[in-house]
Amino acid sequence: MAGMDVMIPDLFELDQKLSTEETLIRDTVRDFVNDKFLPIVADHYEAGTFPMDLIAQVADMGLLGMHLEGYGCAGTSGLAYGVASRELERGDTGLRSLVSVQGSLAMFPIWKWGSEEQKQEWLPRMAAGEVIGCFGLTEPDHGSDPSSMKTTARRDGDDWIINGSKLWITNGTIAQVAIVWAQTDNGIRGFIVPTDTPGFEAREIKQKMSLRASATAALFFDDLRIPESLRLPDAIGIGAPLGCLTEARFGITFGVIGSAIACFEAARSYMGQREQFGRSLASFQLSQQKFADMLTDISNASLQSFRLAEMKAEGRATAVHVSMVKRHNVRAAIDTARTARSMLGANGISLEYPVIRHMMNLESVLTYEGTEEVHTLVLGQAVTGISAFRG
Amino acid sequence: MNIVVCVKQIPDPANPYSLDPETHYLNRPHEQVLDDTDRYGVEVGLQLAAVDEGTVTLVSMGPAGNMQGVRQALAMGADKAIHIDDAGLKGSGALTTARILAAAIQQTGFDLVVAGTESTDGYTGVVPQQLAELLGVPALTFAKKVDVDGSTITINQQTATGYNVVTSELPAVVSVTAGVVEPRYPTFKGIMAAKSKPVETYSASDLGITDTSSGQSTVSVTDATEREAGEKIEDDGEGHLRIVEKLQELKVV
Repeated sequence: MAGMDVMIPDLFELDQKLSTEETLIRDTVRDFVNDKFLPIVADHYEAGTFPMDLIAQVADMGLLGMHLEGYGCAGTSGLAYGVASRELERGDTGLRSLVSVQGSLAMFPIWKWGSEEQKQEWLPRMAAGEVIGCFGLTEPDHGSDPSSMKTTARRDGDDWIINGSKLWITNGTIAQVAIVWAQTDNGIRGFIVPTDTPGFEAREIKQKMSLRASATAALFFDDLRIPESLRLPDAIGIGAPLGCLTEARFGITFGVIGSAIACFEAARSYMGQREQFGRSLASFQLSQQKFADMLTDISNASLQSFRLAEMKAEGRATAVHVSMVKRHNVRAAIDTARTARSMLGANGISLEYPVIRHMMNLESVLTYEGTEEVHTLVLGQAVTGISAFRG
Repeated sequence: MNIVVCVKQIPDPANPYSLDPETHYLNRPHEQVLDDTDRYGVEVGLQLAAVDEGTVTLVSMGPAGNMQGVRQALAMGADKAIHIDDAGLKGSGALTTARILAAAIQQTGFDLVVAGTESTDGYTGVVPQQLAELLGVPALTFAKKVDVDGSTITINQQTATGYNVVTSELPAVVSVTAGVVEPRYPTFKGIMAAKSKPVETYSASDLGITDTSSGQSTVSVTDATEREAGEKIEDDGEGHLRIVEKLQELKVV
């Protein structure tokens, strides 16, 4: 396939563990990213836009909700979802985020906690890319502590009235439906909110220096009225949205390996070609140490993600496992990106190379879907039995 | 319409190829990919079949391995595959390959056979024409556009300066160039479904062919001479003049 010119550092031959189907899925996404996405991403990044015309193709391949069963979804393995995320993010975090949010944060809660009618109505259209979804959990004043959210849903006869706001919502301005989490008299509940409902407003967040090829929004709900039939019946309490995040984080652990690989390969190619002091830059010991560190980081991240995928398939992966791998892999990727940035010298700051784009994107990934600090404290709690952040 | 598409599994071009030092045969790993040029043939077959709810049958010869390459073509949407895997065919020349493919195609029946112009590992570029001769039907070669209207096929045949319009009645064999159509990406559902699509496997003798000698052998293999480095023109502000001079020398402008 046309992905042939991509070199993937895979010292432990982990991709050999992929089944034939998983390999074909990897190669299909790789070809798509090489042929359709990489030639245009730098311009979109500079313009601060997402290439909307690619969404139909992304959907046609089956990327949206790919690991869900039924309702027009492909029903692939978690590992296939992982390697697809890796290949997408080798393109750009914005592309992978669109797929993560749609599949794991917007479709997954409907698939997991929705009624049969809700699943039939929404999931096939979301898998087909006709309806794009977003996920409203984070608020201006409540990020790592979502249980304290201020957005409320008040029962009014057969309807719910939602008031409040959400911030840093990926896909917010391009979505036709938002999964909105709100406080009710009985605790946190989830709602399927069509974005053309009166009282709904999405405003694009401008002046971002990261995730520029991705739509990020603030959402506002002003006496927004929706029927009880749009409440997710089985989503009870904060555990429901946190469960979505655990799903999405699994894909992220693989995704950031894609960013790291893109940076590593850019640095390897650059250092091999550029000469200073009459020698290839790759021949200097300082360069070689950097390569050794990057390769070790990428290998460690891949080993963790592949093992996590195995445990997920066996139903034994917990939030603690996901916290460890998300924390480890994002840090490994951002270290790799920063190292590659310095290796490319002045060219390292140019969008002509993928490195600065990934380096800036990873700043978002370090924070979103559980900050590095909170994941650290989840691990600390797992070791000591003492929570350092919950009362 | 009953369409047969010839496809070949080849070693992933991302990895360096190696030859067996004694036989000079290409070493073929367990995992082989679909030859990139065959994606165009499969796409042409799928588009033509879609017009009248025809079927697309893949025919492939070579070591099965994990069948990843054939599965990829099935995942694109082909209905079934016929695969000829026979240790006696190792190192077959183009004509033997054509004989085997023709026998399999004859057995399954066809209105149109579609093939790439040449494989990316062997590059003989003669199998489609040999196939047409053995099947006793016209060969329409190097198509950069293919139309079928009823029982008539018309192609635009790529030439050095433009194209010829070539037409014939079906059945026929057509070889297509890269760029004839844009191959679709396999869908994930297609990839999952490809597992359960029918694949028939035959040996040469199953097809009634007992003499598989290729009638040719590779005597020696020599590395291609490395191309000499080009001339570097440093731009001191007048570099463009040197380039124009160079192009004039080469009579390009």
